[in-house]
Amino acid sequence: MSGEHASSTVAVRVRRLEERLVAAGVVGDDQLDAILTKLLNGASPVNGARVTARAWTDPGFKERLLADANTALPELGLSMTGGIQEQRLKVVENTTEVHNVLVCTLCSCYPIGLLGPSPSWYKSEAYRSRVVRDPRSVLAEFGLELPDDVTVTVWDSSAESRYMVLPRRPDGTDGLGEEELARLVTREGLIGTAAV
Amino acid sequence: MPEPAAFAAGQRVRVRAADPDGHTRAPRYVRGHTGRVVESQGRWPLADDRATGAAEPRVETVYTVAFPARELWGEGTHEVTVDLWESYLEQAAEERA
Repeated sequence: MSGEHASSTVAVRVRRLEERLVAAGVVGDDQLDAILTKLLNGASPVNGARVTARAWTDPGFKERLLADANTALPELGLSMTGGIQEQRLKVVENTTEVHNVLVCTLCSCYPIGLLGPSPSWYKSEAYRSRVVRDPRSVLAEFGLELPDDVTVTVWDSSAESRYMVLPRRPDGTDGLGEEELARLVTREGLIGTAAV
Repeated sequence: MPEPAAFAAGQRVRVRAADPDGHTRAPRYVRGHTGRVVESQGRWPLADDRATGAAEPRVETVYTVAFPARELWGEGTHEVTVDLWESYLEQAAEERA
């Protein structure tokens, strides 16, 4: 495993790498800017929250989302095509029996388009090494105590798939519309370190 | 190179224990361990080949493989699923009933 991703050090390394690539004529500044703009424009957990709220209110959409998220996302004007190649998205549903939580033990793979830039702890060696070994303790440290009869599944995105957790719809939200429901959903809920 | 989609959902597979010299995306903590195929993710260029800058990287099926915590750590009740290219895997014996 690589060590802590201190963002200042990474930023310096990225800048040097960019300069080298541009100087060598491998890529142009304009091309880099275009790719980054396409990737980051609109990248926000608001997107994941909208997907979640739609799934809570539209059973047909939820079924399509869980079966093949890439073909369901365009129904909300979203896609996984922001990067160099389209990434496969797998949405994993929390139920009364199963709680899902995401990690990338090898680096920091994360569905940026749907969840925005990842939190710093997601990239920390502590989170990456501990959540696969003892997820219950890690989740408890996030304030999420799970009943003993709930099975935890940890999804380690080690290849080209990205994951998003579909949290359980909170009790007592029957009267809420899709937009109000979306406001209840947090980034941590979509990673699985919070209930919603 | 293995045939396309060598493994089916539900099948038991073992992650090859080899430690390659270059880049690989078989996490060390699953190497040598046995899990069960959850599903195929389709075919993707092999990360090991792409890391070398190979002009034509091998393209292989990637599988979602679930490992019980007990298999990985000797304890625990949770499950860890990992995404693994076909050449990282070999067939494992089925569990005795």
